[in-house]
Amino acid sequence: MIIRGRTLHPGTATGEPIRLTAPLSFWGGTDEHGRIVDAHHPQCGAVLTGRILMMESGRGSSSASSVLAEQIRARTAPAAIILTRPDPIIPLGALVAAELYNLDLPVVLAPYDAIPDNARLHVSATPTEATITWTTA
Amino acid sequence: MLGGRDGDGVALAMRVIVGQARISDAPRLVEITSAHVDSCLYHGQVSLDFAHRLVDLGARVRVPTTLNVGSMDLIHPALVRDQELAAAGRELMAAYVDLGCTPTFTCAPYQLPNRPGLGEHIAWAESNAIVFANSVLGARTDRYGDFLDVCAAITGRAPYAGLQTSEARQGTVVFDCRALGDFLHSELAYPLLGHHIGSVVGAGIPVLVGIPAEVTEDDLKALGAAAASAGGVALFHAVGITPEAPREFAELPVREVDLDTLLRVRRELSTTGELDAVSVGTPHASYAECLRLAELLKDGPPLKVPFYLSTNRHTRERLKGAELDVLENAGVTVVVDTCTYVTAILSPDWKNVMTNSGKWAHYAPGNINVSAVLGSLAECVASARAGRVVFE
Repeated sequence: MIIRGRTLHPGTATGEPIRLTAPLSFWGGTDEHGRIVDAHHPQCGAVLTGRILMMESGRGSSSASSVLAEQIRARTAPAAIILTRPDPIIPLGALVAAELYNLDLPVVLAPYDAIPDNARLHVSATPTEATITWTTA
Repeated sequence: MLGGRDGDGVALAMRVIVGQARISDAPRLVEITSAHVDSCLYHGQVSLDFAHRLVDLGARVRVPTTLNVGSMDLIHPALVRDQELAAAGRELMAAYVDLGCTPTFTCAPYQLPNRPGLGEHIAWAESNAIVFANSVLGARTDRYGDFLDVCAAITGRAPYAGLQTSEARQGTVVFDCRALGDFLHSELAYPLLGHHIGSVVGAGIPVLVGIPAEVTEDDLKALGAAAASAGGVALFHAVGITPEAPREFAELPVREVDLDTLLRVRRELSTTGELDAVSVGTPHASYAECLRLAELLKDGPPLKVPFYLSTNRHTRERLKGAELDVLENAGVTVVVDTCTYVTAILSPDWKNVMTNSGKWAHYAPGNINVSAVLGSLAECVASARAGRVVFE
């Protein structure tokens, strides 16, 4: 199966998906270990590190780009982020991490409803095109 | 600038601005008249790496630029318990001053002189400052993340996208608040209403009907801050109050707000009935709010629990020799340059903290591991005196 989307930040990644049921702010919403700590979030306690994060959009604080960039530097960030609504703050964190550390976390705009929860995803985002493919166990 | 004509620092900043313009489908950039930079709050090594890279490459801001709170109270350095965080926070704040930013260190730059006016294009970060500038001042800023703010200040440009454009500033949903009646004359209504509309609209643009003409800027500050933290609200319109509020909105969906809803929000944000400390002033308390707190504390029984007031150094200067003494003599710890929920100020032993801020009540549990209780400023004082939570 394949889904095409728009690249917000280029890169490639493989991993298991985690689908958020509510928007999340990385700042105040996740800790340095990539865990959701927002007590109001329905998935509080879940760890995002290495997962393909699927969420509608980010939320709240403008510091989210710093927190994401720091997680990318510390290797505790998600492997990739798929959004359904453009959010400028999340790709900005990825852009700065790429400038400073040459680490690319792909951020893609794509409808992800068709992706099953038990899939293993591959995200490939070039500046002009993004594709998401998967296999199921 | 991209090609390095103005130096490598400007070129780096321009790459970030152009990258962001692409992400937001901006047809062009727009010149800005001021910037407010949030990147001076320490979030880890990346914060220092980015600021030092800009300093090393010789970048400087080219428009008047204020700084958001840092991780350190530079006037009262002993207040921050974590020495490692304090040192990194101080180093980061200094790097931004080196870039030419003004050391204001406040999340409420709209309380300072020379604030932007209607229609001015600006690049402000910090979600509560963004929503205030857009809604109450009618200036134009999109939601900018850390890093973009200082890159806009260095290049003097921002992507012409989002709330910089007129089309994106139209209301999307009406909140009819008229059923709230007299409750709208209480300050507590505004953080609760803000949290409610933020939870409902996400990143939409609420149009509020029924806000009384006597509403203060402090009320609108509390409303915007809570709406921005509970949702992604970057602009609201209050009919008859804010400069771009529509007169006609018959085609928009309408949601009624009643008192029961706001009381439920208060219960949701109040996750404890116990009291170890009080923290007020998020976003930073204005001069008027500090005067009111001093008035409440002037006479009466002593405070039984620690009481913190966060404000900016500009306001503290204005209070010196008068109300500042009243506050400090009453036992209030005045915090400037930072805020109690973004750095290590409160004792880790205090698990139950009362606040008058919807934003603080929303973020503090995740940030500093406390349970919050939300009350008015008067309730905060009454509770601190009683040593237990007192609601009016």
